[in-house]
Amino acid sequence: MSKIVRDHGFDQDNLKEEDFITLETLRKGVENPVRLDLNNDENPDELQPFFCWVELIRISFPDFNDGRGFSMAKRLRQLGYQGVLRGQGYLIADQYRMARLSGFDEIEIDDLLAARQPEWLWQNQALKKKLSYQDRLLKTG
Amino acid sequence: MSRKYLPKVITSNHLLEGDVIYFSKDGNWVRNIAEAAVFHDPETADARLAEADKQRNIHVGAYLADTRIDSEGRPEPVHFREQFRTLGPSNYFHGKQAGA
Amino acid sequence: MYNYNEFDHSFVRARVEEFRDQVERRLSGALTEEEFKPLRLKNGLYLQLHAYMLRVAIPYGTLNCKQMRQLAIIAEKWDKGYGHFTTRQNIQFNWPKLKDVPDILDALADVSMHAIQTSGNCIRNVTADHFAGAARDEIEDARMTAELLRQWSTDHPEFQYLPRKFKIAVTGSPNDRAVTRAHDIGLRTIRDAEGRKGYEVLIGGGLGRTPMIGKVVREFLPKEDLLPYVEAILRVYNLSGRRDNKYKARIKILVHETGIEELKAQIEKEFVSRKSEFPGVNPDLLQTIERDFSPPEYDRLSVDDYVSRIAHDPEFREWVKNNVARHKVPEYGIVTVSLKPVGGTPGDATAYQMRVMANLGEKYAHDELRVSHEQNIVLPHVPKAHIPQIYDELTKAGLATPNLGLLSDIIACPGMDYCALATARSIPIAQDIAKRFDHLQLEQEIGPLKIKISGCINACGHHHVGHIGILGLDKAGVENYQITLGGNATEDAHIGTRVGPGFSSEELIPALERLLKSYLKLRKSPNETFYNCYNRLGMDPFKEALYPHLKTKHKERTGH
Repeated sequence: MSKIVRDHGFDQDNLKEEDFITLETLRKGVENPVRLDLNNDENPDELQPFFCWVELIRISFPDFNDGRGFSMAKRLRQLGYQGVLRGQGYLIADQYRMARLSGFDEIEIDDLLAARQPEWLWQNQALKKKLSYQDRLLKTG
Repeated sequence: MSRKYLPKVITSNHLLEGDVIYFSKDGNWVRNIAEAAVFHDPETADARLAEADKQRNIHVGAYLADTRIDSEGRPEPVHFREQFRTLGPSNYFHGKQAGA
Repeated sequence: MYNYNEFDHSFVRARVEEFRDQVERRLSGALTEEEFKPLRLKNGLYLQLHAYMLRVAIPYGTLNCKQMRQLAIIAEKWDKGYGHFTTRQNIQFNWPKLKDVPDILDALADVSMHAIQTSGNCIRNVTADHFAGAARDEIEDARMTAELLRQWSTDHPEFQYLPRKFKIAVTGSPNDRAVTRAHDIGLRTIRDAEGRKGYEVLIGGGLGRTPMIGKVVREFLPKEDLLPYVEAILRVYNLSGRRDNKYKARIKILVHETGIEELKAQIEKEFVSRKSEFPGVNPDLLQTIERDFSPPEYDRLSVDDYVSRIAHDPEFREWVKNNVARHKVPEYGIVTVSLKPVGGTPGDATAYQMRVMANLGEKYAHDELRVSHEQNIVLPHVPKAHIPQIYDELTKAGLATPNLGLLSDIIACPGMDYCALATARSIPIAQDIAKRFDHLQLEQEIGPLKIKISGCINACGHHHVGHIGILGLDKAGVENYQITLGGNATEDAHIGTRVGPGFSSEELIPALERLLKSYLKLRKSPNETFYNCYNRLGMDPFKEALYPHLKTKHKERTGH
């Protein structure tokens, strides 16, 4: 079982594995809105023509030390993707803020990690989103 | 042909203090290599290392270090790195050599 | 210099509290050591051979006197009364306890300092020319660029878990004192044909086990494009840099394996995409930075006393010749305080010495100090009228060694006296070299010479770019030292060449003595430096000096 971490805390995951398709399947063409699994060595640029068909992209984090997913999320947002972005796998609470600021909406973690790193830790991180040098640097308005 | 197995001690750094520590016979951690448990065969050494490795709330990064036994039957380090770890730096009289 | 605003203050404080909490969670088991390690590293905390080590950021090497005094207090209260200034223009404390580190970070925050991103696989503390703002040859104060990059890279959410560490260096002068060609990104301020300021951008430089000189990826980058361009480089690197082998994970390997042209195309593509949505940097912020780095109000004091002291005091003259550089204002000098006393540890200063330097900076030098990558302290703006008093005070504190740029002004990493990664010691080698040549009284005779010592292949002591580089290795359980010759760390950066088999610690000093004595015989005139002499004659005569026993064997063998 998995938990979905959002800014307000933990939610139960209502999606099943069969609800996701791979990039390979997507390339063959789809007829309905889909949810996509993206490995962190796949090229997000390839997805651009399919954005209107994808309502959720789930990017894998095989290891919390592997930060490719953050750049993939940023690039997808830069390319114009507006659907849900979910990070999945081994991300720790201390990384939740980075994930949100990189463009993720939510993080999927397993129950074991959720037990070791409880809800309040993630909620605390969510509160710190505003403390960002990068936003302050930019011209506004 | 296998080389003769050098006796081993288990050594690590203390999580809170950061200093060099050794695994003793009774499964505690001591600061003097002379009080470290010595293992003469790889099976025992590996088994005790696995046991020591579990105590991750006490230390960071346990491993086996080669030793030789001195004339009084106590282990002393073989490699210069391990010897430095029993003493401290060479530019100041700090660390274990200074009794701290 | 840059003054923290409310945001900087609250950010740094929040970060201290976060780390305090992370330490507690490590102790409680909520964080494993594997998870905690990158978090502590991003806060500058290493676990070394004998103890923890805290690396404190000194952004682009600039600090004020109050900050230097606080470092002295930290050294006394939580360490063993000294600190070690590093080639990354930072300071390291060698003996903190884990439980004290959050308090130390709080003490740093009290004076607008921190230890953020001084380690870990992220964008490290940005380095710059230590003469910035004072140098005569400068197009622009490099610290304005470095400060912008500091803010942009601090806690950048996308780039906290890169394949490997990432170092950026900036120079605002054509004469490169920041080793920009040995960094992941090197930025050199230049002007285009119309006189507009911008950057030449280099990528893929680095030392370590595969030393490489940075390659030009953009010949001219307009200033306003800096952040989107650097972001493009980082994004390409984060997505494509190797993660399968930590020794192949730096961007230099990506440049090498992908080819600079192909990588450049990828970066430019990413840049165009990023730039299209980049709103530009907040002009108020740029203005603040510019104002903070505007030059001090210079006092045009009489230089008569200074000139007359030079004329009458040969020791003072010697020190001025080596340790005082030309300032852009004629009545000023740039004073470098050598942290390389004969027999001392390169880069170390006691708390007392830190206070002496802080007092001098405050009293005579516009409240500003710099840390050079050569591990010395610079007083960048000193009226010549005050230099005699400064010299006298430095002499009393053991800080007036007149050896800048000479043989004993050695860069040395901490080596196996402190570092957990080291394969041999560096510090005792530096001490022995300085002592031996002091005994021979040959240092002044030999003249300009850069000796750089690393205690392992990671090359923190920059041995690849030393005129004489020394690399300490573990050869079958014994410390062994390899010599490279002909390296260069300036705008003409060059990787030195290994001469031959290594030397034991006992053999090393006599070998260097043979090498340098043969240089004295080989040089055309006293004006020909070791480096120039080596470049004129090539390796062979120096190799013969290092390996006299090979001289006869040389003819018998073929090759080698």
